[in-house]
Amino acid sequence: MFDDFFSRALIAGVGVALIAGPLGCFIVWRRLAYFGDTLSHAALLGVALAFLFEINITLAVFGVSACVSIALLLLQRNATLSSDALLGLLSHSALALGLVVLAFMTWVRIDLMGFLFGDILAVSKLDIAIIWLGGAAVLAILTLIWRPLFAATVNPELAEAEGMNPDRVNMIFMLLMAAVIAIAMKIVGVLLITAMLIIPAATARKFSSSPEQMAILAAAIGALSVVGGLFGSLEWDTPAGPSIVVGALIVFLLSFLAYALKGLTPNVDPSSAPKMPKRKSGHE
Amino acid sequence: MLDQNEPLIALDNCGVYRAKRWLVHDVSLTIRRGEIVTLIGPNGSGKSTTAKMVLSILKPDQGTVRRFSGLQVAYVPQRLSIDWTLPLTVDRFMRLTGKINASEQAKAMAATGVNHLAHAEVRTLSGGEFQRVLLARAIARKPDLLVLDEPVQGVDFSGEIVLYELIKKIRDDLGCGILLISHDLHVVMAATDKVICLNGHMCCSGSPKVVASSAEYKALFGERAASTLAVYEHAHDHTHLPDGRVQHSDGTITDHCHAEDGHHDHDHDVSAKVDSIMPSKGERHV
Repeated sequence: MFDDFFSRALIAGVGVALIAGPLGCFIVWRRLAYFGDTLSHAALLGVALAFLFEINITLAVFGVSACVSIALLLLQRNATLSSDALLGLLSHSALALGLVVLAFMTWVRIDLMGFLFGDILAVSKLDIAIIWLGGAAVLAILTLIWRPLFAATVNPELAEAEGMNPDRVNMIFMLLMAAVIAIAMKIVGVLLITAMLIIPAATARKFSSSPEQMAILAAAIGALSVVGGLFGSLEWDTPAGPSIVVGALIVFLLSFLAYALKGLTPNVDPSSAPKMPKRKSGHE
Repeated sequence: MLDQNEPLIALDNCGVYRAKRWLVHDVSLTIRRGEIVTLIGPNGSGKSTTAKMVLSILKPDQGTVRRFSGLQVAYVPQRLSIDWTLPLTVDRFMRLTGKINASEQAKAMAATGVNHLAHAEVRTLSGGEFQRVLLARAIARKPDLLVLDEPVQGVDFSGEIVLYELIKKIRDDLGCGILLISHDLHVVMAATDKVICLNGHMCCSGSPKVVASSAEYKALFGERAASTLAVYEHAHDHTHLPDGRVQHSDGTITDHCHAEDGHHDHDHDVSAKVDSIMPSKGERHV
């Protein structure tokens, strides 16, 4: 099955969706959408540097994304600018630098569109190995730091007071993000990675009552979007990366409809949160 | 097991300096097992900052903190907003920073009267309900040191009495040290072993005298409430000027309070400010 380009695309895309779902939940919970954008824009600089120094693209992208994450952490501690201004600065500087460096290397002929919007149909067996092995490592680390990372997401001070180390798990989380950007870039492209992180997680939110449930659901919804998007792309001859994102958007919109319909039917489960009657303020 | 007499935590002349001013300075306190220490003072007097030094959320810019290693800590923060994007039930929130035995969890939630809310989403709770959930979470952790920052805010008055009694009971059952914060100068617990009055620095500290035994007080509140609520009345011999300087009773002005000024040993009278408060109807089982 690895010999068919379409099967390879499916396997790679589903792999990326399974990693992006759980991490995307943290992006949504922590309101880091712009941070995801910044990292993915920086990825293009990684691509340029990989060509310049003739190193592995995935490694170079991971390196640059990790550097940007750390630069952001340091700037947040010392600078007088707000986080979104800092992110804007880093994001577009890195994107512009990447484009300028690429333009200087006149001897390199690359398909820029492939990096901006992904080139899932040119996925190699090596790419699949990187996605599934790298992805397994990312998910394993995420599982290990799940409790402290989630506690730090709810409230860093509470986590710190009760013996957890929010700074350390935050740093690990940022490195995981850099790894996912590096892994996912080839599939959906620099400009659309954030969509793969956010849209499935946003879709999963309405149907989840626990963080773990939301992470698993986001992974499943992401995988569904990849399959739908790729078949759509094959059917109507549309670019694969954008088609996957459009697939995710359609699932998101359908979920609205499903939720509205579910809301119309009487809810028989008394433990369901939206139906929970508010207690009066008195308690005698 | 921790040594009974060894302080769980000791702050020695600690202070936090931020944005060119001392949020709080020269604070020394110790908390031992089975001891309830209450911090009182007006807004911005450094109560929460002091608590955060105790919790090692903030590193002091002055002084030293000695902390028993391996201390199990539970914290009830003053404010905790749960982002609406977080799918979080009370049940899951109870286990936020560590595994908790299911029966311990049920017992703790029953003690604060929130056991019926286990499956409710945290963001749908009222302020008072959430405060009780936070307290239940802290109890279920079986801490050595419990830090409560305004634990009764948002709780109605009769519930307040129950919660104060519960805090006392936690201390007795778990034998933990408790640091309690209140911005309310008038209502502190009779069970408090030590009261520290902060206003940017330690104004005074000592054990509160329980004088809430007057007949009118008992008549209004009943025996049980009378032993729980008490008023901590202040007779400072110095005033804090708006610019942070200190005016003493003899009219002199200094930059700080000085220990030798003799204002640290003034008496604190405990009496009741009860006129506006209705007695609690029916006692809740705790």
